[in-house]
Amino acid sequence: MNNYLLKHLKELESESIYIIREVFAQFDNPAILFSGGKDSIVLTHLAIKAFWPAKIPFPLVHIDTGHNFPETITYRDWLINQIGAKLIVGYVQNSIDTGRTKEETGSNASRNTLQTITLLDTISEHQLDACMGGARRDEEKARAKERVFSHRDEFGQWNPKNQRPELWNLFNGKKLVGEHFRVFPISNWTEMDIWQYILAEKIEIPSLYFSHKREVIHRNGSILATSPYITVRNDETVTQKTVRYRTCGDMTITGAIESTASTVEEIINEVAASRITERGSREDDKRSETSMEDRKKQGYF
Amino acid sequence: MELLRFTTAGSVDDGKSTLIGRLLYDSKSIFIDQLEAITKISNRKGLDHIDLSLLTDGLKDEREQGITIDVAYRYFATPKRKFIIADTPGHIQYTRNMVTGASTANVALILIDARKGVIEQTYRHSFIASLLQIPHLIVCVNKMDLVNFDEKVFNDIVSVYENFASKLDVKDIRFIPISALQGDNVVNRSENTNWYQGSTLMHTLENMHIGSDQNHIDPRFSVQTIIRPHTTSYHDFRSYAGRIDGGVFRKGEEVLVLPSGLKNTIKSIFYGNTEITEAFPPMSVSMTLTDEIDISRGDIIVKQNNQPEVSQDVEVMFCWLNENPLNFSGKYFLKHTTNGVRAVFKEIVYKIDMKTISRNETDKAIFTNDIFRAKIRTTKPLLFDPYRKNRNTGSLILVDEVTNETLAAGMIV
Repeated sequence: MNNYLLKHLKELESESIYIIREVFAQFDNPAILFSGGKDSIVLTHLAIKAFWPAKIPFPLVHIDTGHNFPETITYRDWLINQIGAKLIVGYVQNSIDTGRTKEETGSNASRNTLQTITLLDTISEHQLDACMGGARRDEEKARAKERVFSHRDEFGQWNPKNQRPELWNLFNGKKLVGEHFRVFPISNWTEMDIWQYILAEKIEIPSLYFSHKREVIHRNGSILATSPYITVRNDETVTQKTVRYRTCGDMTITGAIESTASTVEEIINEVAASRITERGSREDDKRSETSMEDRKKQGYF
Repeated sequence: MELLRFTTAGSVDDGKSTLIGRLLYDSKSIFIDQLEAITKISNRKGLDHIDLSLLTDGLKDEREQGITIDVAYRYFATPKRKFIIADTPGHIQYTRNMVTGASTANVALILIDARKGVIEQTYRHSFIASLLQIPHLIVCVNKMDLVNFDEKVFNDIVSVYENFASKLDVKDIRFIPISALQGDNVVNRSENTNWYQGSTLMHTLENMHIGSDQNHIDPRFSVQTIIRPHTTSYHDFRSYAGRIDGGVFRKGEEVLVLPSGLKNTIKSIFYGNTEITEAFPPMSVSMTLTDEIDISRGDIIVKQNNQPEVSQDVEVMFCWLNENPLNFSGKYFLKHTTNGVRAVFKEIVYKIDMKTISRNETDKAIFTNDIFRAKIRTTKPLLFDPYRKNRNTGSLILVDEVTNETLAAGMIV
């Protein structure tokens, strides 16, 4: 008698492919929000599987803060070329230049929250009605509460108190003109699942995730890379360390970890033994206890 | 390693969030920064212990009020299994959230406060778990530390519950005496309950058999979308993409496409870009067929000798999820597998009185959280199985045509 029980990665993969296909079927103008981080890379890989042997039938959208790691941009351009997908880029710099948003000041300045305006403007300009992102529920406590098909009002805002009941695998993507959805096909994947999948599928990822030497400073308990976007304070010293990144946000807010892990297997061992959460080194999450929830209410990812 | 989804139900003070926190804490699934964060908050609140419920109460309002408002998903894995927990509110006003979290669960944990025993909430949650056909129930009698780990208290509760459970449609019910606060029988065996011969909660979750939870008997493949590459290398390629909702499909088998009723043969089955010979739930695949016929989203591929029911008149057990009462003469949008039709109510057969779990055939007014049986009529025939046979082809939702809200969850009888 055959064993008809799927291994967990296959079950998660099937669920995500199902969700991606539903988005394509239910919406007129969907897109994948692509950041160049491992989650959006896995999401893109899943989309390729979902529509094989056809190409992905919708664009990848990148909100470029201007503060990205150069490695992220290099990877993005390589991937687009590789899979023959269409790329739409929304530039936060444009939003600043046109007065839509203002640059933060001070030594802890970041463009993280500014992305929301650029994102909403890009969605509006291209009339995207569904944006798929690589957010996972295990990442952060506000994300843990979000639906897979997450409705956004005409202002792009998320209302956590009024989410639609989501039952079985029946996703209600109905909306009024001007509204859109954010969809999270890998909601149920954990950080470890992502890495195991990257290993199993031999997915190429940016070099940032692997050990390398970098000039850094120590600030607020985090190791931050020096860059044109960070102002080194008088009491901070620049040192060279062997580090890698567990998560890849902007250079201004993403903390590195000291590590010699240079293969996916080594990364997996390190993550497994890790005592700190993946986003524990994200300065953007530390701004307040409800930082993510507050940003989402404004229209963030 | 397999995936097990379970949901937790209990009243606000039954210790549900503490139980989950305990599962994560004792299985070493909590990270240091999370622990530091909740220790800090617990101290700030003046507590003399770490409030593990803070791990799951994620939204601002929840943390302030100390209750769970929405469904929270937590993830952890042991070397044996990966787990997804849907932590759901115990409050009656959030029944819809419990239904949401419970719909895809393999297991429901029902929490009972040992001091209070079985209460109205217990009946409600157990009934919902049964209605949603969650295959396994684990009844955790919590706060045993507050009743001196008294065996009689535990047995009395089991007895009352078993009496009520005879009305439920659940095949597998287990009982475990625990103390989420102190950790007895959650992950580690308790020394205070030597009279208890069963397993700990974690051991039960890791080892229970879930292989039979999906329907592997009745072949059902709901078409989601058609894949047509239109490229030179795949010029005439056309495949039908979707999820296997039931049974098993194999390369070369003869199938029947509904509603057209046309016969066809499976040429190939693909999982991603890999060809496979056999597909079963819940795999997402794409199939090519030997004959070129018209197939679209909403169609279902089955076998000639095992067909779903077809009808525009269906009897359904509903849970009304919306704040506004049901408008009996309203027209609703209905979603079933990959189909969308319109539906109207023909008759409310009965409401369930959640206090006694009995049928009320006189009161037909339907309000939020009500569970009722109704006859509906749809604009086009539905191709379905009774929910008891197949949770995928027997479930549906009603959507408001004006506000687009999901109004009700339905299980076809």
